Amino acid sequence: MNDRSQHDAQAIDLSIEFCGVKAPNPFWLASAPPTNSEYQIRRAFEAGWGGAVWKTINQEPIVNVSSRYGAIDYDGRKIVGLNNIELITDRTLEVNLREIANVKRDFPGHALFVSLMVESKREVWHDIVKQTEDAGADGLELNFGCPHGMSERGMGAAVGQVPEYTQMIVEWVKEVARTPVIVKLTPNITDVRATGRAAKQGGADAISLINTINSVMGVDLDTLCPKPEVGGLGSHGGYCGPAVKPIALHMVSQIASDPEIRLPISGIGGIQTWQDATEHMLLGAGSVQVCTAVMHYGFRIVEEMISGMSNWMRKQGYHSPAEFVGASTDRIRTWNELDLNHKVVAEIDEDKCINCGLCYIACEDGCHQSINIEQVPEKEFLKAHKDGVDRTFLSGTQRYVHGAGEGYVNRFTINQETCVGCNMCSLICPVADCITMIQIDNGKAPMNYQQYQEGLAAGTISKIEPPQHA
Amino acid sequence: MAKTATKPSLKKLKQNFAEVHPPLASDEARAEAARCLYCFDAPCIRACPTHIDIPSFIRKISHDDLLGSAKTILDANIFGGSCARVCPTDVLCEGACVDNTLLKDPVQIGRLQRFACDAAEAAEVQFYHPGQSTGRSVAIIGAGPAGLTCAHDLRKAGHRVTMLEARSVAGGLNTVGIAAYKMPTEYALSEVDRILRMEIDLRLKHPVGGSALAGLLEEHDAVFLAIGLGQTAPLGIPGENLKGVHESLEFISQTHTVALTKCPIGRQVVVIGGGNTAIDAANAAIRLGAESVTIAYRRDEASMPAFTHEYELALDSGVRFEWLSKPKRIIGKAGEVSGLRCIRTRLDGKGRKAKVVAVGKSDFTIPCDMVIKALGQEVLHDFLSAIPKLKLDKKGRVVVDPETGATSIPKLFAGGDCQKDAGEEVVNAVQTGKIGAAGINKMLT
Ligand SMILES: Cc1cc2nc3c(=O)[nH]c(=O)nc-3n(C[C@H](O)[C@H](O)[C@H](O)COP(=O)(O)OP(=O)(O)OC[C@H]3O[C@@H](n4cnc5c(N)ncnc54)[C@H](O)[C@@H]3O)c2cc1C
Ligand SMILES: Cc1cc2nc3c(=O)[nH]c(=O)nc-3n(C[C@H](O)[C@H](O)[C@H](O)COP(=O)(O)O)c2cc1C
Ligand code: SF4
Ligand code: SF4
Ligand code: SF4
Repeated sequence: MNDRSQHDAQAIDLSIEFCGVKAPNPFWLASAPPTNSEYQIRRAFEAGWGGAVWKTINQEPIVNVSSRYGAIDYDGRKIVGLNNIELITDRTLEVNLREIANVKRDFPGHALFVSLMVESKREVWHDIVKQTEDAGADGLELNFGCPHGMSERGMGAAVGQVPEYTQMIVEWVKEVARTPVIVKLTPNITDVRATGRAAKQGGADAISLINTINSVMGVDLDTLCPKPEVGGLGSHGGYCGPAVKPIALHMVSQIASDPEIRLPISGIGGIQTWQDATEHMLLGAGSVQVCTAVMHYGFRIVEEMISGMSNWMRKQGYHSPAEFVGASTDRIRTWNELDLNHKVVAEIDEDKCINCGLCYIACEDGCHQSINIEQVPEKEFLKAHKDGVDRTFLSGTQRYVHGAGEGYVNRFTINQETCVGCNMCSLICPVADCITMIQIDNGKAPMNYQQYQEGLAAGTISKIEPPQHA
Repeated sequence: MAKTATKPSLKKLKQNFAEVHPPLASDEARAEAARCLYCFDAPCIRACPTHIDIPSFIRKISHDDLLGSAKTILDANIFGGSCARVCPTDVLCEGACVDNTLLKDPVQIGRLQRFACDAAEAAEVQFYHPGQSTGRSVAIIGAGPAGLTCAHDLRKAGHRVTMLEARSVAGGLNTVGIAAYKMPTEYALSEVDRILRMEIDLRLKHPVGGSALAGLLEEHDAVFLAIGLGQTAPLGIPGENLKGVHESLEFISQTHTVALTKCPIGRQVVVIGGGNTAIDAANAAIRLGAESVTIAYRRDEASMPAFTHEYELALDSGVRFEWLSKPKRIIGKAGEVSGLRCIRTRLDGKGRKAKVVAVGKSDFTIPCDMVIKALGQEVLHDFLSAIPKLKLDKKGRVVVDPETGATSIPKLFAGGDCQKDAGEEVVNAVQTGKIGAAGINKMLT
């Protein structure tokens, strides 16, 4: 069988079951502007999204300001990070409930959770839970995370930052809820496990995280006003988008590996691509939620996410997401458990190197002074180079060399004796697979920090010497 | 009377002479700037004769500091705006750019350089000012890029500068020699104006004779010689004086000094030569409305010294090439050109050293009503040989100390195309102007 037919033959089923609710795939929309209305969620489900969390509702519509969003661009790429000072739904409860019912009627197989945030009164919570479930929601998500505006009124992060409040409100909700309850956690807390455990104590069925991170987006250098600007003033807002993924992954893995929690997780934060989604899932998320990427590119991006994850699963031999959810959780340990004798060093593939010198200056000024620079005369460089001819061109009757100037090309090599294996150069190199980190067999048995301390105390091993160049 | 080509309208002529490298819009510039890797010991800087800190000026574009960007450029090259338009970047900075290897496409350094310089110009910033007077004075002969750069740097240092220029416009070949579709005359002149704001005593229409040099050396603390080169070499064949035979520099300079509608142009034009000047002349002729333009060259395509990008531009513009054709005689009718008689050649040997051998009985005629002579430029021999004790090389160019620009005569310095090993590009003239000014300044302080 050739690769192609094998590819077609391996059936991939992306469907999931998340705390009892079924969905055609793990790609859900986070409670946010893309889930503001029936119109939008219909378009999303038609585009292929497996589920959605309705934009946070309340008894009374809130009033928003304009402007509302700010963004960070990086060297020409737009929106590496997004921030907002928008609040929860600005539509009436009646309209929201009617539209929730309409969507659920037409998309029975899709997961439709509804995000809730009301004032901290037991009856008010009871009331909204009942009304939402009556409208047909598959489940509820409690928004304890909104970091701006609502928190100043004692809601959102004001609840999510105090484990006791979190537990209390979850208990109120669970007193009446018939559908699964997800608690959405704020990252604006020292240890997210504290509120995770409180949610569990209160009876939560699942946890979703992260909500947005407290942030000030910037300052306009002409007007000196913070961004985004509202009549000459700014306010701290919630940060999200690609830049927050690492923070989200850390928190997802913390919740996933906490023995006291053990609840299904919906992973949120910085998901743009199928790779981001898969990483969230490998660290413990059973479903993922997306906001910024959809606000940036629209619902259509789910097609690439489905395709990418399916092909990755084919390659890995997985048939269903359940087979890999949490597969990497256990690989995150405390620093003290890492092997001090594991040794990698950088290696440059000279044939791939384009002679930009970025690795050199990074290691020299910012890392560990372990890259050599050597001026090689053009002719000698071409002779030594496998693809030498590709590096030259003729103009008129003269031959010129790319990467050369003043008659020489810089050659960069790693001093592997002093390289500490920090990765920096390999992260910087613009050429794929040009700098690789290779493992050195130093003949030493694995030894973590604790074993090291024990060995030193027992006098069975000697002190590890500082790196040579230091 | 030879039939002249039907002249295209002024509008059409203007289109024909539109800039081949138009400016970047601000979004384009930002996207292009983002491609630069910010190399260390960057090859592009090393490949630039004036060593502009290219990664730094590009990073300043990325970070919205256009004035800082322009200053980085102009600090190294006061003709930064001209060079951005006329430099053969393909074989200089852009040829060296590592993105050629990574993406098979270099960063468009020249166009980014123009973007930054244009922004500074629009903001009307004056970055440089004359230095405090030193009481010393320097005479500069020739107001081309070499002379003007030297003048600028000397004024910065506070020395008085008197410039003597034979032509009625300043800027040398940067103003009247560069193809008009690379850089409009007005731009070249505006670049000159910026330099003249440094309070330079420029005397136009002031040709200096070689014998007058001794007096200048007496009157001034130093003299900088920047006379460039002369006209292109004569063909040395019969018919050179017929009506309709033009010398290429004169022909090209008219596109700067005469209205395009008034520039003489034939219907069938033959250009003789194989260097960049021949290509420029052919490109100008076809843009002026010639029906056919043919370059006759005595060697083959592979031995043509013109840059590949210039050759390609000529091909794209519709110029035809007659390889291995050695002109024997310009044929005339009633005193006017009617054709070019050539003989076929073959090359004996390899590369540039190959001998050009005439093939027997292979004469042929290219009918034409205009011939443009475009061999290499000659040195200004009469001028240079009138200066006693001035050391010249075998080709008749001024020998200088590459570190200081000093010639064999005390207090006399030289730079630009007239000196030995000249690069024959504006950017090289600028660099030697810088070196000369630094050399003079060192001597005077
Ligand atoms: C057709 C053509 C196209 C070119 N295209 C390009 C191009 O696209 N890009 C590029 O980088 N370079 C190009 N060049 C080359 C570039 O123009 C020259 O290298 C550069 O101008 C040399 O500068 P310079 O100051 O040494 O001499 P010039 O620019 O020649 O200036 C010398 C000045 O000295 C004056 N002078 C001469 N004799 C005397 C005297 N006795 N008394 C007073 N004044 C005198 C002249 O009138 C002139 O103004 C081109 C050249 C030619 C001929
Ligand atoms: C404009 C905006 C409004 C948001 N509103 C809500 C909300 O009403 N309720 C909520 O739980 N989260 C809200 N969020 C947070 C998102 O649901 C999500 O947790 C966060 O944006 C991180 O995911 P991302 O990186 O994919 O954007 C909002 C985010 C943005 C950008
Ligand atoms: S891995 Fe770190 S220490 Fe080693 S060469 Fe690269 S940057 Fe330097
Ligand atoms: S960063 Fe990569 S391409 Fe650049 S010099 Fe180093 S090894 Fe070569
Ligand atoms: S060589 Fe190219 S990529 Fe490197 S600094 Fe120069 S312009 Fe930028």
